[in-house]
Amino acid sequence: MGRYILRRLLQLIPVLIGTTFLIYFLVWSLPGDPFAGKCGDRPCPDAYINAMREKFNLNDSIFVQYGKYMLNVLQGNFGETFNGIQVGERIALAFPVTLKLAVVALVVEALIGLTAGILTGLRGRGFLDNLVLVSTLFLISLPTFVTGFVLQILLGLEWGIIKPTVQSGAPWSQLIVPGFVLGSLSMAYVTRLTRTAIAENKRADYVRTATAKGLTQRRIVGVHLLRNSAIPVITFLGTDLGALMGGAIITEGIFDIKGIGNLVYRAVLSKEGVMATGVITLLVLVYLLMNLIVDLLYAVLDPRIRYD
Amino acid sequence: MTDPASAAGGAAVTEHASDFVSAAEQASATSNKPRSLAQDAWYDLRRRPLFVIAGALILLILLMAAFPTLFTSVDPTYAELSRARQGPSADAWFGYDAQGADIYARTIHGARASVVVGVLATLLTVLIGGTMGVIAGYAGGWVDGLLSRIADVFFGLPFVLGAIVILTSFRAAGGNKPVAIVGIVVFSLAILSWPVTMRIMRSAAISAKQQDYVKAARALGAKPSRIILRHMLPNSAAPVLVYATIALGSFIGAEATLSFLGLGLRSPVVSWGVMISDSGTWIRVAPHLLLFPAGFLVITVLAFVMLGDAVREALDPKMR
Repeated sequence: MGRYILRRLLQLIPVLIGTTFLIYFLVWSLPGDPFAGKCGDRPCPDAYINAMREKFNLNDSIFVQYGKYMLNVLQGNFGETFNGIQVGERIALAFPVTLKLAVVALVVEALIGLTAGILTGLRGRGFLDNLVLVSTLFLISLPTFVTGFVLQILLGLEWGIIKPTVQSGAPWSQLIVPGFVLGSLSMAYVTRLTRTAIAENKRADYVRTATAKGLTQRRIVGVHLLRNSAIPVITFLGTDLGALMGGAIITEGIFDIKGIGNLVYRAVLSKEGVMATGVITLLVLVYLLMNLIVDLLYAVLDPRIRYD
Repeated sequence: MTDPASAAGGAAVTEHASDFVSAAEQASATSNKPRSLAQDAWYDLRRRPLFVIAGALILLILLMAAFPTLFTSVDPTYAELSRARQGPSADAWFGYDAQGADIYARTIHGARASVVVGVLATLLTVLIGGTMGVIAGYAGGWVDGLLSRIADVFFGLPFVLGAIVILTSFRAAGGNKPVAIVGIVVFSLAILSWPVTMRIMRSAAISAKQQDYVKAARALGAKPSRIILRHMLPNSAAPVLVYATIALGSFIGAEATLSFLGLGLRSPVVSWGVMISDSGTWIRVAPHLLLFPAGFLVITVLAFVMLGDAVREALDPKMR
């Protein structure tokens, strides 16, 4: 197990470097003058441009720039934008909001998805099964922004059940509907995964043995069946947390949530390279770390898997 | 029939063996010859309502994309501000948009750009991912390790964020020609999704490589190119095919999402995403601006996802 963790960590390093370099390269190779419009209507004075190029290492080759940047990031310093705003401070403000949103989405999709999946998986073919299958198909085909807009108009503006936009502090209660919107696609996948896993394991030998031993239905489903069917679902949920944070940008736009997606979207549009690289690098880190944790969880959940 | 790959291989063997039996035996063999996996799947598919509905919808959408003038004779770019945001009426079934252009005509004409983006992005994804996957699966060793790590790098990029960065980077370079606008969107969709195809192809290729017919081909002195093209590719194509069908639908949705953010397709190209993006500011007073293009979009994506689902179930004998 220790050797496996070590190997996984070593594998993580080239991927991390590759992804962050790709981001850095894409953001900083943006065509166009990064200082255009930074000094009002006049072109920027040469002294300012030279000072800025020196400050952001723009005169070095892209590899040296990247190296210097990553060294700073590893020390917890995300640098500052052209206007002198500390990127780290902005991220510290926005990150918890997005994390909250992603956690709400994850809880919503896990609750609804698991319930629907377990019910249909246990019952087998029938009306409920078809209903759930059709609704998952529908959820998969609905782009997030359509779900978001429709719910915002119906619940927020027409019926007045929720506030159409989320306040700056992003209290949990206001995040439920945006969380539902963000998690709706994954909810469909969780339902399908659970349903398939339960339907397959229902016929497994150990379930028959448990039934033959005379265990109650509750215990068979709760202890034997669910634990074995949970493995693929937990994998999915774990990797999904990273994906949800990266994909939150649209939900945040619709419900006006001041999160990380909002930050990075404005940064990319206004060519604030330091801000964009900082946020995306952080998101990539979260995503890769979640993948690692899920892989390690595997061993705990399923002792049949041996790593060596 | 536990494994589609071995099932198809078995069918191929019986075909060759039949060359050696006498004519009389061959005659009886052809009458109840076992169906190949593809025939089996087709036989199964025709009986699924899901497949029939999805197929009919897709044919209709393709027809709309190929010959929009069959459905409408109104020019989608002609606009009259005096009728801006009028609701649906007998003249214009879906009403008029914020510029006063006919939404029905725009929706019909918008199918082409959306479908073209979806199809091209899928082709590019399958081409890149499939090639890398087959090479990684066949070669194994350090080649596999290297290609898998490269795939991991691209897989680590969050989809929407990655697309935003790529699109803003290359947008300025492309200019304002419709071909360039569509090309950049297709490129960014494919570059972010090929790792999934690669992983599917790689695992299918690895399992195909261990089959007896590949060993036999190698023992007979077949070149690697022949083994890959003639033996491994046909037997590992099924899972990729299923993924590609579903991906096509999701690419159309992704194009709309990017256009909604103002980064995907843009005017003068007419697409559902562009229409949805335009509707954003008027959504409160004129929801029909959003409703109709979004409805068409959802139905199209749904049709492709349904098709992929039906094909998967037909190709996977375990589900029967």
